[in-house]
Amino acid sequence: MPFPFSTIDEGVQQIRSGATTCRATVEQSIETINAGDGLIHAFISVDAGRAIERAAELDALSQAEKARMPLLGMPVAVKDNICTRGQRTTCASKMLEHFVPPYDATVVESLHNAGAVIVGKTNMDEFAMGSSNETSYFGGTRNPRDVTRTPGGSSGGSAAAVAAGFVAAALGSDTGGSIRQPCGHCGVVGLTPTYGMVSRYGLVAFASSLDQIGPIVSNVRDAGRMLSVISGADARDATCAGKPFTATDDIYKNDIAGLRIGLPREYFGGGLSDEVRRPIEKLTERLRDRGAVLLEVSLPTLRYAIAAYYIMCTAEASSNLARYDGVRYGFRSPQRSLPELYRETRRQGFGAEVKRRIMLGTYVLSHGYYDAYYLKAAKVRTLIRNDFNDAFGSCDLIMSPVAPTCAFKIGEKSDDPLQMYLTDIYTVSASLAGIPGLSVPCGAAGVLPVGVQFMAPQWREDVLLKAGYAVECLGGG
Amino acid sequence: MIDREQVLHVARLARLNLTGEEVEQFSRSLGSILEYFEQIRHAPTEGVDATNVMARRHDALRNDIPVPSLKRDEILQNGPQIRENHFAVPKVIDG
Repeated sequence: MPFPFSTIDEGVQQIRSGATTCRATVEQSIETINAGDGLIHAFISVDAGRAIERAAELDALSQAEKARMPLLGMPVAVKDNICTRGQRTTCASKMLEHFVPPYDATVVESLHNAGAVIVGKTNMDEFAMGSSNETSYFGGTRNPRDVTRTPGGSSGGSAAAVAAGFVAAALGSDTGGSIRQPCGHCGVVGLTPTYGMVSRYGLVAFASSLDQIGPIVSNVRDAGRMLSVISGADARDATCAGKPFTATDDIYKNDIAGLRIGLPREYFGGGLSDEVRRPIEKLTERLRDRGAVLLEVSLPTLRYAIAAYYIMCTAEASSNLARYDGVRYGFRSPQRSLPELYRETRRQGFGAEVKRRIMLGTYVLSHGYYDAYYLKAAKVRTLIRNDFNDAFGSCDLIMSPVAPTCAFKIGEKSDDPLQMYLTDIYTVSASLAGIPGLSVPCGAAGVLPVGVQFMAPQWREDVLLKAGYAVECLGGG
Repeated sequence: MIDREQVLHVARLARLNLTGEEVEQFSRSLGSILEYFEQIRHAPTEGVDATNVMARRHDALRNDIPVPSLKRDEILQNGPQIRENHFAVPKVIDG
């Protein structure tokens, strides 16, 4: 990180003590973006003027006010599917290329209230549909660790922005791995909270029963701090549970003696590359040395997880994306009749992957297919939840790879959608079960980072962070 | 593979025009994905309830208290075509 601090806590302390200012910190972030983002393309838009203005306002606050702000002066990036009032929110789609939200997402309000400064909106797969950022209408993002490779997706811009040291933290959204997988590929920390912990108000909906907003940061402590800022009750999201997260010092004691970590045998079979397997196996040994209890567990429904996930998420997407009809906002293709206006607007406004998912979702929900696909997938989802409940009977958390390989080359999988879907194998199960998942760097294959994923029962982000912190203390393999 | 007619039927349901090339592409790529989806037929779901939503809250009601909502002009500013404070669309009734 180019910032003169290694954690958000340290950065905020430096500003509070007067060693630096919010403005200087934000200006440094913008300079780094200006110097580096031409190559990386982590951002879709950067609003330097507004960010510096906001930083100056924060500097003018009283000490008492500053003391109440846990993210005081921290430059933060927000994925471009999260609404920011007066600031373009495109979902990386032609459909929303010029959309300026008239309101802030609840998480954006929370960031503001905590003293964070939003410097820009990050690149992503179009409508968060993809695992590589290659479906962005504005062109893909490069992985800062190896610019010939993708950063993963769909929150690839947020992960790349943190990995490149452009910002102190970022927000991403995760539907089936879209926070955890790019963090694994970029070597940063990503947390997908329990479904319902963070308000989705202002997050452009992809698959509402799966979507969650979460933090992308450079270290585990920062994940806890960000989560405590964005979690909590919100009357504007009926699925928001109103259970705020509070980080306790107990989490960061680096003490995992007796912690029971389950390794699902189905996750370490074929399909896992050696470059990922090796660091993870090494990590299991080191965690055992630190006093953790490693044991084998079974998640037998895993083999159906990807099919169930893509049936449910495309079904929900086809419904959620029905709103893009060229009437109230977004792109319009002017036509003589209203039905033709809808159809041409959608043909021209959506990219290939979004259309593919709308088509799949419409197909699985259509007359005669509903029971065989959607209803069946919803039942498989129950089996997956049951699998996790059974597993958590014998362990405190579950450990797995984040992705089967390290970051892949740009263009390597973009012609084969099914191959791209299959790379989500380790992340979709937690999404279907609504449980939290944390991706933490645990080693590398050459310059390419390898991430490990921890999954915990609902509302047990504390256990995730505890394990993640212990991995971080071991020092990257 | 799913045939051309099925692709066009689904596209009509989704209110989506497709080019001839897209029809060909979708007939191939949707076919292989749907074939992959087929495997869930074998999942042992007899007597299992469906999970459609994650957090079904029974207390998610609020008091009906008026609060400020978005301003009309702010909403209209994103409209692709506005006429006299309305979203304009092609005529839907003849005559």
